[in-house]
Amino acid sequence: MDNHTGEQKRLRGIAVSPGIIIGKAHLVYRSKVKILYQYLIRDEQLNKEVKRFEKALSVTENQILNLKNRMPDQVKEHSFILDSCLMILKDSMITDSTIQRILNDKINAEWALQKSVEDISQVFDQIDDDYIKSRINDVENVTERVLRNLSGKAQESLAGISERVIIVAHDLSPADMTELNIDKVMGFITNVGGKTSHTAIMAQALELPAVMGLESATDQVEDGDLLILDGNTGDVIINPDDIEINNYKKKQIQHEEYKSLIVKTSHLPATTLDGHRIVIKANVEFFEEVMSVRDYGGEGVGLFRTELLYLKSKGFPTEEELFEDYREVVETIAPDPVTIRTLDLGGDKFDSKLEISKETNPALGLRAIRLCLKETEMFKTQLRAILRASIYGEVQIMFPMISGLQEVLDAKKILGQAKEDLNREKIEYDHEIKVGIMIEIPSAVTMAEVLAKHVDFFNIGTNDLIQYALAIDRINEHVAYMYQPFHPAILKMIQQVVNAARNAGINVSLCGEMAGDPLCVPILLSIGINELSMNARTIPIIKKIIRSISIEETCDDFENVTELSTAEEVREYVFDRMKSKVPVSPPLAGGG
Amino acid sequence: MKRIELAKKLKIKNKLGLHARAAAKIVQISNQYESKLFLKKDNREVDGRNILSILTLSCPMGTEIEARVVGEDSENFMEKLSELFEQKFGEGR
Repeated sequence: MDNHTGEQKRLRGIAVSPGIIIGKAHLVYRSKVKILYQYLIRDEQLNKEVKRFEKALSVTENQILNLKNRMPDQVKEHSFILDSCLMILKDSMITDSTIQRILNDKINAEWALQKSVEDISQVFDQIDDDYIKSRINDVENVTERVLRNLSGKAQESLAGISERVIIVAHDLSPADMTELNIDKVMGFITNVGGKTSHTAIMAQALELPAVMGLESATDQVEDGDLLILDGNTGDVIINPDDIEINNYKKKQIQHEEYKSLIVKTSHLPATTLDGHRIVIKANVEFFEEVMSVRDYGGEGVGLFRTELLYLKSKGFPTEEELFEDYREVVETIAPDPVTIRTLDLGGDKFDSKLEISKETNPALGLRAIRLCLKETEMFKTQLRAILRASIYGEVQIMFPMISGLQEVLDAKKILGQAKEDLNREKIEYDHEIKVGIMIEIPSAVTMAEVLAKHVDFFNIGTNDLIQYALAIDRINEHVAYMYQPFHPAILKMIQQVVNAARNAGINVSLCGEMAGDPLCVPILLSIGINELSMNARTIPIIKKIIRSISIEETCDDFENVTELSTAEEVREYVFDRMKSKVPVSPPLAGGG
Repeated sequence: MKRIELAKKLKIKNKLGLHARAAAKIVQISNQYESKLFLKKDNREVDGRNILSILTLSCPMGTEIEARVVGEDSENFMEKLSELFEQKFGEGR
């Protein structure tokens, strides 16, 4: 079959670098070198073998040095990746141990090197830290080069690509990336790898759209196939038909418009046509995200997730470490407010540092506020750190996973103790600090009227609320389809919470993926939500949508929406009314 | 030749722990001095010039390791090394 008229196929991988491109595939073969196993008998053979190995090392070193010198400017700051490759190459676990093996085991260099790498990977296997563990890939990349130099077979150089193409490979190493002629390469897709790989980081720096982790891309794609690569969603279409091509050409234009939209309009406030001002904040976890909140037009941080430090540290982080972390975020975002959610660990983010017996159902187990109320010293340490950071900007405290009033009272009591301690120690903090709760458990929805009298604000966490209310584990593929934000029960629950907050005169916001979903937003506004917090990248588009609708009109539109009986009916109803009003389809997936 | 041996406890203060970039910086410094560096954690001691050995010590934030520097320029070396740890390997956080 002619490649260019091949059957249309779709693949889905991990979107690591945004942008949409349509172009021809260029397959890069990166099959592993076949290793020969040989015993060597005479001593002079052994010495020769050692020399052969040393030569291969120095050839490899020169190749990497060359790559480093030719590194494009955009990725210069990542040159340490190649430095660490050079250091691995010179590490005695590679060099000395291979030479020892050649001499002692009387085997050829390839075999000896392979044994050394097996040893190293055994050591790495025992490391708990996934990031360090994955550095074994760097070791493998480097040794692959050495093996290739030993075999004398050159690897296909990516530098020779002279046509505008999309690269398709099993894997691309950071070293490969530096070889790419970025004027010619439009983007790339690979079988393996993910968002945090060095390759992904370099793709973003080079602004090359990329999808990784496609598993079988090199089997499915043939050289010269026409490809559509959507680096926003992770979709790859092989041999697209004309309809798809046109479809994606439109999306390409939308993406470009979206990019210029960010620059031009993300700073405009989200005010509806009839003058309602909606506050839009960002959900953040990593410091890198904090830096971009204002660029995307966020008016503060509506949900700061604090689990990362607990997961990264050995033991629990100290008050000082937490304080420095929070202060940095608060100072960066000031004068806009930051809502810090206290530890939401447990369940899926289960922490091995605490001696807790295995739970059969961690999502319903000892987690979040429950864990904090049990480990009160740990909790108090976090609260002290938050309080201390509160003088560097505007800070709000938010307790997650509240199921009823008792937990609110208990948590506030510990907060009170932390405040008293600080008073006694004459340490400053914001005495007016606001305290709120996440509404994400159905019982909290039912009790919202009561809870509202004891807190300063509600934040509805729809991701968990949907899971708990519909009894759906969204990670379970057999039931994930039933995870429905448009379920009438969910809309009614949100309405109930909004009404309770309004009656008590407290603020209510909403985080979770619904907040960043263009179809959900109008309906949320009509229910009475006036503050949303979402993934920073979706802020510009949501602001734009809000500026194009009027609340009065959407209230008319959705007057009867909570009377509908099924999620499907709601979705159709919403889609029908919104398709003319939401001019741009969501270019970027993902939310809270 | 004077052989001075210095030992000091150093704490990993950067968020990511002793990962690839930080380990690479230690190796870089080690290569600048005559003296030899050994890093010790849980009774395992590794050569400060070997990036893989350092990585396999597996040190997240908060870990304390013992640095031992042996050789003529050990004082300058130790000073530079302490500075690197103190400055969180230039990661600022």
